[in-house]
Amino acid sequence: MSEYTPAEMMITSSARALSGERVVFVGVGLPNIACNLARHTVAPDLELVYESGVFGSQPARLPLSIGDPTLVSGATLVCPMPDLFMYYLQGGRVEVAFLGAAQIDRFGNINTTVIGGRSGDFVERYEQPKVRLPGSGGACEIAIHARKVFVIMRLTARGFVDQIDFCTSAGHLNGKPGARAARGMPGAGPQLVVTDKAIFRFRQDTGEMYLSSLHPGVELEEVRAAVGWPLKIADDLKTTPPPTAEELRLIREELDPEGAYTSKGE
Amino acid sequence: MTKLTTMADAIAEHVHDGDSIAIEGFTAFICFAAAHEIIRQGRRNLTLVRMTPDLIYDQMIAAGCARKMVFSYLGNPGVGSLHCVRRAVEKGVPRPLEVEEYSHFGMVSRYMAGAAHLPFFPLRSYMGADQPKVNPHIQFVESPFEGELVAVVPPLNPDVAIVHAQRADAGGDTQIWGLLGVQTEVAFAAKRVIVVAEEIVDEAVIRSDPNRTVIPGLMVEAVVHEPWGAHPSYAQGYYDRDNQFYLEWDRISRDEAETEAWLEEWVYGVEDRAAYLRKLEGQEPELRQRLAPGEALSQPVNYGIYG
Repeated sequence: MSEYTPAEMMITSSARALSGERVVFVGVGLPNIACNLARHTVAPDLELVYESGVFGSQPARLPLSIGDPTLVSGATLVCPMPDLFMYYLQGGRVEVAFLGAAQIDRFGNINTTVIGGRSGDFVERYEQPKVRLPGSGGACEIAIHARKVFVIMRLTARGFVDQIDFCTSAGHLNGKPGARAARGMPGAGPQLVVTDKAIFRFRQDTGEMYLSSLHPGVELEEVRAAVGWPLKIADDLKTTPPPTAEELRLIREELDPEGAYTSKGE
Repeated sequence: MTKLTTMADAIAEHVHDGDSIAIEGFTAFICFAAAHEIIRQGRRNLTLVRMTPDLIYDQMIAAGCARKMVFSYLGNPGVGSLHCVRRAVEKGVPRPLEVEEYSHFGMVSRYMAGAAHLPFFPLRSYMGADQPKVNPHIQFVESPFEGELVAVVPPLNPDVAIVHAQRADAGGDTQIWGLLGVQTEVAFAAKRVIVVAEEIVDEAVIRSDPNRTVIPGLMVEAVVHEPWGAHPSYAQGYYDRDNQFYLEWDRISRDEAETEAWLEEWVYGVEDRAAYLRKLEGQEPELRQRLAPGEALSQPVNYGIYG
């Protein structure tokens, strides 16, 4: 048995990436624990914005969803949805946001809408999907407006694909420099993809994802095999530093004492 | 003038076959009591409108009430998929379901346009994304000022909005604290509004704290007093979300027959919300204690006496 779970590795890697950040748009599950871990470690002044319209939340228990009432009690502000999307997000107040993905391509474009059906044109494959996924929620506009986007997902061949079936949330589009700005997209797009096996980043000049670091014990070939395009590798490929004893203590004793999100070993 | 009525009468009078209805409440204040009454009264061909369809529309779709759904996020929050919606979309069971989908901001903007009587609402969204390819209601227009392209969506004016709240007076003045969602927007956008409240209070209670009022009685057709009307969702400060049920539904809803049996027992098999609660408490006498949130009172404010 390893000393930490893949989920704990994903949480600590994400938390460290929040060093120095001020305002983060949080989802539940792993991003939520990562943001709260960052508040205890690298980013003590981090303000958590929840999609449900809560700012400055200090949840007394691990929230079960973005609508958990524990987010409200003791927060600095609760606003209606128009304020949240117009002033906080579209107004450019969100520095970092976490997104999940069912599929991601080399430019960080994300699908959370459908795994398309087998036949027909684009619309027919959407209307008769193989798998109906959740859809956008706020992700489409979060991907446009957050100054940086961090993606958290497991590394699988089904997820890291050459062609996504549907673009729910745009990343670096076709990768051309300035492509986002030309479409009027204020945020810088995806900067980081944290998985259970490795961490990926994006090249400034091509907008393309590359392998930045491997988690301890993971082979390069294992990662290549799970990525559906010829993967570029950093010249200085690193090994991700494992969670420290203090990070593990915070996760296990304070942030997720019941192991609701972190005990999953797969 | 009192608008107080029962849930059965409110639904019978205001919700008709073929209507578009929005039972809103963003991940909170989700009025399952109204949904169950609509199922019991056998409404058909409804267009169900809601940002997050949640278990409430999963159940209504399983019961065959809906023809179409307008939404922005399909999920069992914090748990997983909505299996009944997926069966309807992927397999046409129990009947095919037309979907019209937006992002959250797109839905919020549609409600705002509807509430403000605007022909469309502009938002900076959908750039580079595929939603406009499958939904002709999402368009781009050029700004007359700077020439840049912005997305626009049309107004959304549901036939009926159903809003759950902590308290309202008999005239429909409604107060909510906690997640405000789009409760105000949907009430102003809809043609008819039913307010369902945990408590009916004297108008003087409303007047003691006017900043907390989110919907004026002016907009409201019917007021229903329905304690625990949002269970298994929650009402801030009154009861917590029943997460055990959200997990349980994940299991039940995977199987068509089990879903049918659940609807038979917990919706068709009970007369109204009070009977549902009696049955729940019969099964779990500690229910109220398990979901009791304790007390965190706000500090009173002084509005002052002028004149």
